[in-house]
Amino acid sequence: MEAPARRRSDVFIWGWAIFVLVVVYLPIVCGALASVGKSRYFRFPVQQYSFEWWQRTFDSIEIGQLVRTSLKMAAAVTILSVVIAFFGALAYARYDWKGRRFYQKLVLLPIFFPQPVMGLALLLWFNAIGLTLSWHTAVFAHMVWIVPVVTLVMAIQMYGFDPALEEAAFDLGATRLQVLREVTLPVLWPGIWSGALFAFLLSWGNFPLSLYTTGPDTSVPEWLYAKMVAGYTPMVPALGTMATIAAATLLLAGGLLLRLRRRRAEP
Amino acid sequence: MTEGQGWRLSIGARCAIPVYALLGLGFLAPLLAIIGFSFATPRGFDAFRTFTLANYAEILNPANTVWTSFVWSLLLAGLTVALLTVVAYPIAYGLARVFGRWSGLVSVLFVFPLFVSENIRLYGWVLFFIKAGVLDGTMKSLGLPGGPDFLYTPAATLFGMVYVYLPFMLFPMTLGLSTVPGDLIEAARDMGASRLQIWREIELPLAMPGILIGMLLTFVLAVGAVAESKILGGQSIIVITHDIEIAFTYAQNWPLGSALAVLLMLVVGALTLAGIARLDLDRILGRR
Repeated sequence: MEAPARRRSDVFIWGWAIFVLVVVYLPIVCGALASVGKSRYFRFPVQQYSFEWWQRTFDSIEIGQLVRTSLKMAAAVTILSVVIAFFGALAYARYDWKGRRFYQKLVLLPIFFPQPVMGLALLLWFNAIGLTLSWHTAVFAHMVWIVPVVTLVMAIQMYGFDPALEEAAFDLGATRLQVLREVTLPVLWPGIWSGALFAFLLSWGNFPLSLYTTGPDTSVPEWLYAKMVAGYTPMVPALGTMATIAAATLLLAGGLLLRLRRRRAEP
Repeated sequence: MTEGQGWRLSIGARCAIPVYALLGLGFLAPLLAIIGFSFATPRGFDAFRTFTLANYAEILNPANTVWTSFVWSLLLAGLTVALLTVVAYPIAYGLARVFGRWSGLVSVLFVFPLFVSENIRLYGWVLFFIKAGVLDGTMKSLGLPGGPDFLYTPAATLFGMVYVYLPFMLFPMTLGLSTVPGDLIEAARDMGASRLQIWREIELPLAMPGILIGMLLTFVLAVGAVAESKILGGQSIIVITHDIEIAFTYAQNWPLGSALAVLLMLVVGALTLAGIARLDLDRILGRR
C-alpha cells in the first residue's frame, strides 16, 4: 500500500534534484556560450561560432601572468594547509585531549564568517602591522579559511581510523616516525588527498579574500571581476570557462586517482 | 598541563598548536584590530592610541541612512535561509535516503560549483538574464515578447544569494538527515505511523542539528555577502558589506568601516556562538 506513494515521492525527489542541478550549471553553460561567439558583445542565439576569443585569451601575456599568480597561490596554500590541517585533524578526531571540545568549535569559526568581511579585516590587520601586500599575504588570507575546511575534510576521514593499528605497531617495536610513515599515513591517505584537492581548488576559485589581500598582484578571479565591472570583452567568459574546465579536470583526475589507489589497497 | 604532568602538553594539544597559531594571527588578531580601529578618531589611522565613540555615534545618527543597508542584509539573509530550506530539503533527503549508489556522484555535482569563483557563476546569470542574452534571445526566437526585466533588482540579488549558498545549506542538512537511523523509520512505519507522523516525530527532530547548522551557516554567510548585490543586483540595493568596503577603500575612513564591521560581527558572532555552543561535533561528523 505504501509502495506507490513512496515511488511517487522518489520520482519527485529525483526530478527536483535534477532540475536544481540544471539550474546550478546553467550560468556556467551561459558563460561557455558567450565565449565561443565571434562578436565583441554577447547576443543570443550566437550568430557565428568561433574560438577566436579563446585563442586571444590563450595568447595574452597578461592572462598568462594572472594564471601563474593564481597557480603559485593555490600551490602554496595547498602545501601549507595540508601540513597544518593534518595535525589539526589529528587533534580534532584522533586524540582525546582536555581542550578538544573548545578546539573543535574554534576551528568552525572562520567557516562561519563572511569572507568579504574577513578579507577587509585582514587588509586592515596587514596594514596595521606594516606588511606589504602581495600574493604572499593573500596565501596567508586564504589559509585562514582553507585550513579549517581541510581540517574538517581530513577529520571526517580520521574518525574512521582505528587507533589499535598504531598501538599494534608500537607494540611490535616501531618508532613514532615509522608508525607515522608505515601505518598512519597510508590509512589516512585518501583524506589527505581529498583535503589537498579541496585546498587547491578553493584557493584557485577564491575571490572575496583575494580581492583585498593581493595588493598589486592579481589573481584570475580578481581580473575577471575587474573586467566584468568595467571593460567587458569575450575574454572574460573565455577565461572563466577555461578556469572552470581546469578545475573540473583536476577534480576528475584527483577522484580517479583516489579510486584507483583505493581499489589497489583492497584487492 | 596539571602540576603532575609539568609543562608537557598532551599529544592532541601539540597537534593543535599550528592551527591555534594560524587562527590567532589570521583570525583573532584581525578582529581585534578591527575592534581597536572602531574606537579611533574618525578618518584617522591611529588605532589603540585614541578612544572615541564617534564612529558608533555616526552610525546611530538618524540622519545617517546606513541602517537601511543593515536591514537589507538581514532581510535578504533571512529570505535566503527560508528559500534554501525548502529548496535543499528534498535534495538532502534524496542524498541521505533515495539516491543510493548515485548519491556520491550527485554530491560531487553539487560540490563542484564551490570550486568555480562565485563571480564567474554570477556573471553567467547576467549573460542569461541580460537583454539579448540567453533567456531574452531564446524567447524572442520563439516569437515571444522577450525576457522579463529581472536583472539589477533586489529580487535578482536574492536569487544570486540562494544560488551561491545552496551547498552550504545542502551538506549540513544531508549530514543531519543521515544520522536518522533507517530502522527507526521502518519500525515506526510497521507500528502504523503515518508519513507525516514519521517526518514530524522522528526524522525532523533527529535531523534538526544538521538542519540548524545549515540555516546558521547560510545566514551568517549571506548577511555578509556582497558580490550578489554588485553583479546581479546592479547596486539597486546597497548591502552592509558594501558600505564597509566603501569606508575602507574610496572613503578612506577605516574607523567608520571598522565600527560597521564590528556591528556585523556582533550579529554573526552571537548567532554562531549560540548555534555551535551545544553542538556535539563528534556525533555529527564521526557518526559514532
